[in-house]
Amino acid sequence: MSRVLLINFLRFISLIFLQVFLLKNITLYNLSTPYLYIMFILLLPFETPNILLFALSFLIGIIIDAFYDTPGLHAASCVLLAFVRILFISITVQKEGFDNEPEPTLSVMGTRWFFTYALILTLAHHFFLFNLEVFRLSEIPFTLSRFVLSSIFTVFLMLLTGFLFYRKRER
Amino acid sequence: MRNLLIFITKYNAFFLFIIFEISSLIIYIKFNSFQKASFINSTNKITGTLYAQVDELYSYLSLRETNDSLAKENARLRGQLKASFYIDSVNKKEVKDTIYKQQYTYVEAKVINNSTNRSNNYITINRGSLQGVGKGMGVICSSGIVGKVVFVGPHMSIVQSLLHKDSRFSAMLSKNKEIGYIEWSDDLDPHKGFLKDVSNNAQPHVGEEVVTSEFSLFPAGIPIGKVSNLRTKNGGFALNMEVKLAVDYGKLQYVNVVINKFAEEQAGLEAQQKKDE
Repeated sequence: MSRVLLINFLRFISLIFLQVFLLKNITLYNLSTPYLYIMFILLLPFETPNILLFALSFLIGIIIDAFYDTPGLHAASCVLLAFVRILFISITVQKEGFDNEPEPTLSVMGTRWFFTYALILTLAHHFFLFNLEVFRLSEIPFTLSRFVLSSIFTVFLMLLTGFLFYRKRER
Repeated sequence: MRNLLIFITKYNAFFLFIIFEISSLIIYIKFNSFQKASFINSTNKITGTLYAQVDELYSYLSLRETNDSLAKENARLRGQLKASFYIDSVNKKEVKDTIYKQQYTYVEAKVINNSTNRSNNYITINRGSLQGVGKGMGVICSSGIVGKVVFVGPHMSIVQSLLHKDSRFSAMLSKNKEIGYIEWSDDLDPHKGFLKDVSNNAQPHVGEEVVTSEFSLFPAGIPIGKVSNLRTKNGGFALNMEVKLAVDYGKLQYVNVVINKFAEEQAGLEAQQKKDE
């Protein structure tokens, strides 16, 4: 239990640092910006109570907001992300399987499931984020292209991180 | 009552979602206009110090370019020294200069947080109200204009850079002094701006310099960029043109905050006039 806490705490800190001091400076062709920090919410254990999940999402969102000078923007997107996560997991994972599959990581759940999971959640988060940031219908084509390209970048980084920390299943 | 509780616990995810989403949207709408500044931004203690420390590290990486730009500015300033002018009058001593009084003073500041890749970009600098920075002051750097101070803390301030959807500064063509206003281009290119609403008989040409006008919060004649394209999209009765910005906003290191001695007086007068109308 304490191990899970420690791992998640380290993940929280390191993802915020990575996002704020490295990824914040990266943009490809003025279109594609990665938001890797949402991986923290994606990788929380299955058994996290809903209220804790929402509270943590809100917290990481507001911390990122503090660094990005956009109060509430990332928090709102992260809370939406947490909701989509609950829906997705309740549809695709059986409750009984939680004992031997504690966390939705790439190594535990397999590439295919994790890819779908990461893709759908990232799309939801980025769509909400970019549209809320611009909040204008007149720039829809531009916003949409930013949204799609950024999602591709983020998912790519997520898969990369997943394979980097890949551990063979202990059976 | 019991049924209601059961209903709520059964769909607790949805209700929690609603609560958190609404609270974050309230924060977003309420605090994002910067008028009601909150503590959730990069001037508060934790984020500010973190940014300052990491910036120390970054500044080592760009020492060469900083040196170059400082050397260039030194050379330019040396050109304005009294010593570099030829004196042709003999009785020059003890002349009290009553015509030229200083209107603008400058506070130098270091950029500790910067972004160019979002649709609304802000810069955090390490000077605040204790050093005389106030809201609404202009910010320039050695190669051109940077933006406008929008939020002041005691030790740091936030500058809304030109690369912001709401940034709009009065500008003019340097040759024939035709007035327009400068805006960031709509495709988020940090090197491109638009000069808009220039009158139709201006006859600009590609490569002409665009500078600040007398009506902006900067001293007149601060460079903004060069005209790069004369297409007149959405022109109507006025000329619009594309401007290649002189400042590379991604590499900002040191900036100057412009303190206009007459700003308060001017603002007061103009407010009075508005009230009278």
